[in-house]
Amino acid sequence: MDSVLGVTYKGGVILAADQGNARSILMYQKNLDKITSLSGHTALACSGPHADVVNFSEFIAKNIKLYEFSKDGTVLSTHAQANYCRNELAKALRKGPYQVNNLLGGFDKKAGGSLYFLDYLASLQKVNFGAQGYCGHFCLSIMDRDWKEGLTKDEAVEIIKHCINEIHTRFLIAQPNFIIKNIDANGVEIVSFGEDPASA
Amino acid sequence: TTTTTTTTMARRYDSSTTTFSPEGRLHQVEYAIEAINNAGTCVGILAKDGIVMASERRITSGLLAPSKTSEKTYKLCGHAACNVAGLTADANILIDQARVKAGRYQYDYQEPIPVEQLVEYVCNYKQAYTQYGGLRPFGVSFLFAGYDEHFGFQLYQSDPSGNYSGWKATVIGANNQAGKSLLKTDYGKTAAAASDDMEEDAADKMPTLKDALLLAVKVLNKTMDGTAASSDKMELFTMTLQDNGTCKHHILTTDEAKSIIEQVEAETATSGDA
Repeated sequence: MDSVLGVTYKGGVILAADQGNARSILMYQKNLDKITSLSGHTALACSGPHADVVNFSEFIAKNIKLYEFSKDGTVLSTHAQANYCRNELAKALRKGPYQVNNLLGGFDKKAGGSLYFLDYLASLQKVNFGAQGYCGHFCLSIMDRDWKEGLTKDEAVEIIKHCINEIHTRFLIAQPNFIIKNIDANGVEIVSFGEDPASA
Repeated sequence: TTTTTTTTMARRYDSSTTTFSPEGRLHQVEYAIEAINNAGTCVGILAKDGIVMASERRITSGLLAPSKTSEKTYKLCGHAACNVAGLTADANILIDQARVKAGRYQYDYQEPIPVEQLVEYVCNYKQAYTQYGGLRPFGVSFLFAGYDEHFGFQLYQSDPSGNYSGWKATVIGANNQAGKSLLKTDYGKTAAAASDDMEEDAADKMPTLKDALLLAVKVLNKTMDGTAASSDKMELFTMTLQDNGTCKHHILTTDEAKSIIEQVEAETATSGDA
């Protein structure tokens, strides 16, 4: 049911996700942040059952942190982090799979902004834009039409807002709150949120 | 220079790797390092655009079949290679470990392993044999040459203790002290390095690959003193970066090596060096 979106632009990538946490007939919370920072320059937008989302994203984030600690500040590129995620998903797949579908976005000096699509079966694909969940049915065609090489950050955010608008208009399930994050040379920052994840 | 003066007390503490002597030394590790001082010399030199590793080929018997591969230089992965001084049998185990580690990293991250991580892994493996298990240490010193995107070309030296350090130029094996002292005076002796200007970019003081090759042969001539230099007694290896970003591992052919050796001979003849 989660909506997860990502759009690359020249110099970075925008990730967006809905903030709902629901099961059956209950809405547990409306201010969940499903986008976890993995390192200073990468973030993982994760969709799926809350337990798996938290388990997987924390596991990956802490292991990447451990790498940076133990290798004296050597930083893992976005490409390496994405492949690391894929590897962990693949290892767990035939044992106890993580039911998570992810979009991993990051910025590297050499590669610029990059976005990786990872699904729960451990497929990995580098993409210019992407979506996970039902929202893809509504949004991929918008992104496909509007995305082009060399977008600015504001243009990329516009595309995301366009997509969120479509979700609000046409998707059966109400997802009033979305959190949008930007990743560029300065790191990971929140662009906007529907409801503050930090509030109780 | 490290003087190894051992008292008679040492006898009691030197048969176990896992015991310190009263002077705070690990004798087994030191003996292992001694073993390498009898091995064929290896010189490593970091250049602006690559790395040179030159080694002495000890031909123990004329009946030995000519080696199809090298007995001194080993490729660890696309972007790293090493030179061995010491017990070849011991080295083979460690080289296998390094190759697997490099391969596993590539499998996990789909990226080449940073060179220092590979070196540290091999060294940690060696260190274990100085602390527990009761097995003797590996009698091998390595020169690691590698390239990665983080730090460019790098040269590392490791010894049986499991210690390692990065070098601009270094020597291991027989007569390494003589080699090192020659490197101290001659490394960085290019036109740019002639000035003592500390503000000058350190990279300007680095030799070109060609200069590094000539210097390496000069060092080997010194450490192999007595024996005439020839292309079958030396193995010259270079690592450079190709246009497509991959590394080129190259062991000089007989003709290429001959040309370098002749150039060094001409230089020493004209300069009047002893």
